[in-house]
Amino acid sequence: MTKVWAVYWREVQAYFLSPVAYVFMAVFLLLTGWFFAARLFATQYIEMQVVFANMTFMFVFIAPLLTMRLLAEERRMGTDEFLLTAPLTVGQIVVGKFLAAVTVYLAFLAVTGVYPWLLYRYGFPDWVTIGTGYLGVILVGAAYLAVGVLASSLTNSQMVAGLLGFGVLLLSLVVDRAAVVSTGLLAKVLQAISISARANGLYMGVLNVADLFYLISFTGGLLFLTVRVMERRRWL
Amino acid sequence: MLEVTAVTKLYGRATGVRDVSFGVAPGEIVGLLGPNGAGKTTIMRVVTGFLTATAGTVKVAGFDVVDQPLQARRHLGYLPEQPPVYPDMTVASYLDFVAQVREVPARERRARIGSAIEQLDLSSVSGRLIGNLSKGYRQRVGLAQALVHDPPLLVLDEPSSSLDPGQTVEMRNIVRRLGETRAVLLSSHILAEVERICARVVILKQGRVVAADRMDRLTRLLAVGTKLRIQVRGKRRDVDSVLAKVPKLESWELEDAGEDVVVGHLHPSSGADIRETLFFRLAEAGYPLLEVRPEVPGLESVFMELTGGAMPAHKPGKSASRSGVEVRGR
Repeated sequence: MTKVWAVYWREVQAYFLSPVAYVFMAVFLLLTGWFFAARLFATQYIEMQVVFANMTFMFVFIAPLLTMRLLAEERRMGTDEFLLTAPLTVGQIVVGKFLAAVTVYLAFLAVTGVYPWLLYRYGFPDWVTIGTGYLGVILVGAAYLAVGVLASSLTNSQMVAGLLGFGVLLLSLVVDRAAVVSTGLLAKVLQAISISARANGLYMGVLNVADLFYLISFTGGLLFLTVRVMERRRWL
Repeated sequence: MLEVTAVTKLYGRATGVRDVSFGVAPGEIVGLLGPNGAGKTTIMRVVTGFLTATAGTVKVAGFDVVDQPLQARRHLGYLPEQPPVYPDMTVASYLDFVAQVREVPARERRARIGSAIEQLDLSSVSGRLIGNLSKGYRQRVGLAQALVHDPPLLVLDEPSSSLDPGQTVEMRNIVRRLGETRAVLLSSHILAEVERICARVVILKQGRVVAADRMDRLTRLLAVGTKLRIQVRGKRRDVDSVLAKVPKLESWELEDAGEDVVVGHLHPSSGADIRETLFFRLAEAGYPLLEVRPEVPGLESVFMELTGGAMPAHKPGKSASRSGVEVRGR
């Protein structure tokens, strides 16, 4: 556990000691702030459903940029020779790094806490819906970050890792759109595999075990694949 | 401490190393020597578990690096060719990170880091970012990383590459000191380095072991049947007539080198050690022998012999010019 913590903490420091995390945070908050304010002033509705959907949409662009460095850079700098010959399992490395990226994302979300506070200050927000909404945003964000982590394990170039992660996430958005416009069996299949569609229920306050299970196992599956990719490299 | 048995590593169809076996005992420094591309780094990566061997086994402190990877890795410290340091960390915070990952107990961490910093003389830079340090300091931080958990086996891939001559000597002393109590496996293409600090050498060529023996035996092997360079006080004609009476001496050339000093290049018949006879014959005749040494010094000629003349010093490229300087400088 100390070892996962060590990897995690090093990575968190790397995020916050460089300007990267702050720049992304600023962009993220500026845009979510805009969506929140515009929606609120236009409709006067005391709810955040649309803001949540917008947050995860924007995170499609930010997640690959946050994660692209994680494993690719280790390989480029040769520090993977330290990590992979230390008494650490690959799983510990991947989990430590993934949790560090999630922490940065949670820091973004923590600041968005002012929005529900504002709603509370001037109205009567539904706390349950806001709670499940945040749960959805966190789970979808974690899944996006896991896509980025896997992309980062496949190459030693940050640029390639970033583009690869971005491409996959854009594709998942295409799946979402396709699910909306198609009908019949196809619509059902597309809806089932879509990541963000899984969170729509949560944004509306519907806690569905199948959705939770899908999002969590999707993330876990990607991290497992990442471990396999890195383990395999020892044999090449 | 380290047992490498019949290790083969293939990269796709290309061979990294084939059927390599050797061992390193505690208190012993073993040098891994070979031209660039001979498989030195591959062996070190297999030994440390960074890569897995295609066939064969590696045991560190009795633990198989594939079956019991964590136990095996606990007993080794590894300095790769490129020091595995994070430029965005300070020396102290980096070593703290390494100590945590290397399972140094929290109580001992401060003391261990302190002693690593002291051993490698890093105290003046411990608060600086590694990215701002010179190459020599980075290399030392890399070595501190390898020994912060006090491992019984150290694997060092070209520890003094790209250091200046002063730093090279310093690094050599550090490694020699570490080797007093630990098992050290060191790779290098700087012959002088290996010759000075290693008790045993394993010479590789195209992924295979072509020689593995104690340093002194390898150099003795060399004294037999190779060209000798001698310096004698006397006249050329007189020395020439004495040499004619030395058995097993096939041919020689003499040249004048100043007042009453003759330099000779001797070719003994193969397998013959003529040094003693030479000494007595010249002494009897009254011509003092001022100097006798192998024409090509030390390990270098063994290396040339075994690797088919593929001296790194004669190969173009950055690393080659480095070792070239070393060889000429001796």
